Amino acid sequence: MMDMIQTEKLIFEYEKRDEDGNVIGTSRAIDGVDIDVKEGQFIAVLGHNGSGKSTFAKHLNAILVPTDGTVWVDGRDTKEPEELWNVRQSAGMVFQNPDNQIIGTVVEEDVGFGPENLGVPTDEIWQRVEESLKAVGMLSYRHHSPNKLSGGQKQRVAIAGVVAMEPKCIVLDEPTAMLDPVGRKEVLKTVQRLREEKKVTVILITHYMEEVVDADKIYVMDHGKVVMEGTPREIFSQVEKLKQYRLDVPQVTILADELKKRGLGIPAGILRKEELAECISSQYTHGNRTGMDG
Amino acid sequence: MSIRLEHLNYIYSPNTAYEKHALKDICLEIPAGEFVGVIGHTGSGKSTLIQHFNGLIKATDGKLFYNGENIYEPGYNMKNLRNEVGLVFQYPEHQLFEIDVMSDVCFGPKNQGLSPEECEKRALEALRLVGLKEKYYKASPFELSGGQKRRAAIAGVLAMRPKVLVLDEPTAGLDPKGRDDILDQVAYLHKQTGMTVILVSHSMEDIARYADRIIVMNHGEVMYNDRPKNVFAHYRELEKAGLAAPQVTYIMHDLKERGIPVDIGVTTVSEAADEIMRALGTEISENEDMTGDGMLDADAMGGDTSDAGATGDGTPDADAAAVGRASGADTADSKNMEKKR
Ligand SMILES: Nc1ncnc2c1ncn2[C@@H]1O[C@H](COP(=O)(O)OP(=O)(O)OP(=O)(O)O)[C@@H](O)[C@H]1O
Ligand SMILES: Nc1ncnc2c1ncn2[C@@H]1O[C@H](COP(=O)(O)OP(=O)(O)OP(=O)(O)O)[C@@H](O)[C@H]1O
Ligand SMILES: [Mg+2]
Ligand SMILES: [Mg+2]
Repeated sequence: MMDMIQTEKLIFEYEKRDEDGNVIGTSRAIDGVDIDVKEGQFIAVLGHNGSGKSTFAKHLNAILVPTDGTVWVDGRDTKEPEELWNVRQSAGMVFQNPDNQIIGTVVEEDVGFGPENLGVPTDEIWQRVEESLKAVGMLSYRHHSPNKLSGGQKQRVAIAGVVAMEPKCIVLDEPTAMLDPVGRKEVLKTVQRLREEKKVTVILITHYMEEVVDADKIYVMDHGKVVMEGTPREIFSQVEKLKQYRLDVPQVTILADELKKRGLGIPAGILRKEELAECISSQYTHGNRTGMDG
Repeated sequence: MSIRLEHLNYIYSPNTAYEKHALKDICLEIPAGEFVGVIGHTGSGKSTLIQHFNGLIKATDGKLFYNGENIYEPGYNMKNLRNEVGLVFQYPEHQLFEIDVMSDVCFGPKNQGLSPEECEKRALEALRLVGLKEKYYKASPFELSGGQKRRAAIAGVLAMRPKVLVLDEPTAGLDPKGRDDILDQVAYLHKQTGMTVILVSHSMEDIARYADRIIVMNHGEVMYNDRPKNVFAHYRELEKAGLAAPQVTYIMHDLKERGIPVDIGVTTVSEAADEIMRALGTEISENEDMTGDGMLDADAMGGDTSDAGATGDGTPDADAAAVGRASGADTADSKNMEKKR
């Protein structure tokens, strides 16, 4: 399998400047990150506020370029100015705040903007606009002004805008932060569908632990470094360690842990509701205290 | 002392092609001192609703009484209303505009006519409450990460010491610990000062954990207005309205379907753990007091309520947070006890 994203000793420092534009200091937001994402993978990035997730994400479509080290997107070095176009075509990004993303004055125009920029023929642009708005449940708002949408509606339009560009890799920076529970599920379903149908590589940044239980791999960031990596089960069985990094585990896992502390025999790393229910009910049918380990 | 809405309607861009009847005949009362949760699908009217509470949006039709006075009467003191009802916007970017974080947080108190010393004192207190590190006090809001901006915006409103605190999705973008800490702090202030709290959120888990009552919005109308247990009992209707029950509630339903006699009205992790242990017949004792103690222990171990026992993270806010956390656990426990009875 090809590498979709690869970073080597990535370092990024924000520069602080005085009024005249002279650099008066720097602060390191990414501190030596090595990440390797294969084509078609679903990768999640977790980490506390200010740990460097968005800064990292912005390197994947060359909004930021490394202070030191290298980022390759689909084999292209993002530092090379002549690759900028190709990099942006390969990796589409949904920003943390949709206000930073929405540019058109009408929803469908906004969504069509990306493919138009890529030189997609007009007929196909409209087809893509329609499909992607449908995918996020916003087709009936196609003629509305994006500025007059609710927070969650804006976020859906922003996602549609990236989907319409059909990039090989989609980077989503907290795409569900403003969505209702059903909307959150729909976005994740859309993402899964893109993976299955179009083999899109997905990089998801989120603070909702429940959303990453299906990821192929999770990276945990802390102060600009990757401090944990592994499958969801590996990561979420380390409750105490995650807490040190200001993170958490899915509510199902918390409940499993709580029951274990109260003496029920429950394995570590339970991630899904059905798993836990199954586990509890097997103890019930045994109908006695043999399942207890405390 | 309350907020009361009578037949309130709001229409965006009336008489245009984009006319939107965002609030339809809303009748509500929020008594002083309550902790109210507001949930609803995206576009259901939550933000529109709460922006009426401090007069930011004026109803197209209907009345809004604050402490018994109709705020739409000519001569009503709007400035006073804005001093008492603090609103944290859904997007912190809409609220942060000063050159640095400190000036931003001082903005509210300054507007209230407080002395510079008092402003600064309150700002420091608020910044500590939200756990923003000192090194950011002089940073421009634009240099902050998403979650740091959110904290600054919340601090700006807390510094005004509002009587009513309205939070529009305050935890969107916060890391899990930040989310728990800030909501625990809010719960603590609520308990200590009797501050009314109105919390808009898309996290059913957070709402279940903190709210005394839930208002459910659906296409501009109030769908339910009831205690959490009663609201989440309608989980199928909630799903049709874009919502859900807390995750543990689904587990309880699943267990019940598998023939385990659990109470499906459970909405928080510690309640669920108790209930599952009870149903499995592994209770330590029938004695009420003992069950109560057991529960406190479990919570201190870092269950769903508050991270009470979690390791300090060495940040300057750790102390302040610890106070709030301990009391947060308290609140949640008293709530659990109440529900048990
Ligand atoms: N434009 C900027 N100028 C200077 N410093 C910045 C800038 N943007 C971010 N930072 C700093 O870089 C660090 C990493 O920020 P980043 O936005 O990548 O964090 P994050 O992990 O995405 O956080 P969040 O979960 O809050 O979105 C933070 O300490 C932040 O204060
Ligand atoms: N400025 C505006 N002009 C016209 N319509 C608007 C405007 N702002 C919001 N609306 C519409 O009013 C309805 C209610 O919006 P509101 O922002 O109150 O929803 P919300 O419940 O807060 O949603 P979210 O959870 O997405 O924040 C939505 O259908 C939205 O499209
Ligand atoms: Mg970020
Ligand atoms: Mg809103």
